[in-house]
Amino acid sequence: MASGPHLSFDRVSKIYQSADGPVHALDGVTFDVGRREFVSLLGPSGCGKSTLLLISAGLLPKSGGTITIEGKPVQGPQTQLGIVFQSPVLLDWRRVLDNVMLQIEVRRLRRDQYQKRAEQLLASVGLEGFEHKYPFELSGGMRQRVAICRALIHDPPLLLMDEPFGALDALTREQMILDLQKLWLESQKVVFFVTHSIPEAVFLSDRVVVMSPRPGKVEEIFTIDLPRPRHLDIRETKEFAAYAKAIRDIFQAYGVLKDV
Amino acid sequence: MAMKSVEGEPKGPPATARRGRVPAWVTNYSYPLGAIVFLLVFWEIFVNAMKLPAYLLPPPSLVFGVVATQSKLLALHAVTTTMEVLLGFVMSVIIGIPLAVGIVSSRFFDRSIYPILVSSQSVPKIAIAPLFVVWFGFGTFPKVLVAFLISFFPIVISTVVGLRSVEPEMIYLIRSMGAGPMDTFRKIRFPNALPSIFGGLKIAITLSVVGAIVGEFIGADRGLGYLLLVANSNLDTKLLFAAIVYLAAIGIILFMIVERIERALIPWHVSRRTEVILESM
Repeated sequence: MASGPHLSFDRVSKIYQSADGPVHALDGVTFDVGRREFVSLLGPSGCGKSTLLLISAGLLPKSGGTITIEGKPVQGPQTQLGIVFQSPVLLDWRRVLDNVMLQIEVRRLRRDQYQKRAEQLLASVGLEGFEHKYPFELSGGMRQRVAICRALIHDPPLLLMDEPFGALDALTREQMILDLQKLWLESQKVVFFVTHSIPEAVFLSDRVVVMSPRPGKVEEIFTIDLPRPRHLDIRETKEFAAYAKAIRDIFQAYGVLKDV
Repeated sequence: MAMKSVEGEPKGPPATARRGRVPAWVTNYSYPLGAIVFLLVFWEIFVNAMKLPAYLLPPPSLVFGVVATQSKLLALHAVTTTMEVLLGFVMSVIIGIPLAVGIVSSRFFDRSIYPILVSSQSVPKIAIAPLFVVWFGFGTFPKVLVAFLISFFPIVISTVVGLRSVEPEMIYLIRSMGAGPMDTFRKIRFPNALPSIFGGLKIAITLSVVGAIVGEFIGADRGLGYLLLVANSNLDTKLLFAAIVYLAAIGIILFMIVERIERALIPWHVSRRTEVILESM
């Protein structure tokens, strides 16, 4: 299966049972995420993007269709990946280093073999000297960096990110976007990135999968043909603006965005 | 990757009164002590001004006189009561916490035991206490049992609430690491529940004192509850108040011990929470 896509969705659907009857969250979602590819899933809130991410990790059951990771169907929680959520989800009672090492402990890997790597990872995100602080002693951006280190410590081939920068201030967010691009360029990882920010998706991605409002369907897939590494001022170019406008037009057509 | 920290200095622990004009313990203790002293002085003046007889309301000076002169008698009874309180409390912890774990982890327990527990709390324990004398006599055990019955419920409830209130993302995260239910419990659920559990323990320790005294009221030949009854029937109000002083001291000291243990076990929680008035009790 070395040549196929890394992550593949085939007619995936999800129906929730709610008090007011069944809710169709996802409907026939089909697309692939290739090897070494950075793919964003972009859509308005409530379109089921986060649900799709959780389903792909085997953390939520799907109602229909197939998902495969490296050719193997996803059944039950997947462990060959790292996840970053919108909130850092750090354990308050563990110091920074021990939060990263949770991944190693639970996987029954040898702590002494990963301790050094954890320290290096933390240092590489500017957290040198904070290894023995508690999460409450860190700022929001620093906490999210710890969460990213925890998702990378076991060197997974696939990184799932669910609006990882959504709760950060604008400036921190820009830095994190640049850092994530650098990380992705240097590693061999597949990144599946959920966001509702059009510029964020266009800036980071090889391809942007645009979803419709509920029930979430794949509306269009854009291949972002911009040179790498991308710099912040690429956002002022005509090409970038064209991609952003094309995506925005879809949301406007759906009435998710209303211009005055 | 080389992420540079954009945001400024990290948030340290709040720098309240740690380093400042007055040491923290002075501000912590001076307010409650000042209030208590004020109350006692007012009481003393009030009793003297109204010329109240000591058997109705003794002035604090006389009460503390008895506390000093009768210290041997009071201490003897205090030891008995403290033992009952502690045994009742320990029993509550040993039974209450595993019971809560059972309720949270088994649907059967949740459906069958939990409703019984909740409805049993509407029965006043004081009403059952005489039965314990019939069943178990006048020894220590019936008092421990009443203390247990009164104090274990808040432990169960707070533990259940703590174990259940876990962010779903936390569970997703540890599952993606390949964790089973045991890992999830040990590494997430239980430590996450500790602040809530300690909330219950602090209520439980004070209720346990109440339970032991109620147990002694029903039938006992020693303990501060017994001493209270004896002093009351002799109209020895000074001794009665002296016993209450001891009782209050036991309650406060035990509460502070639980809080010390909380500080030692969950510093990450205690240091994050704002300073509350109870801390300086």
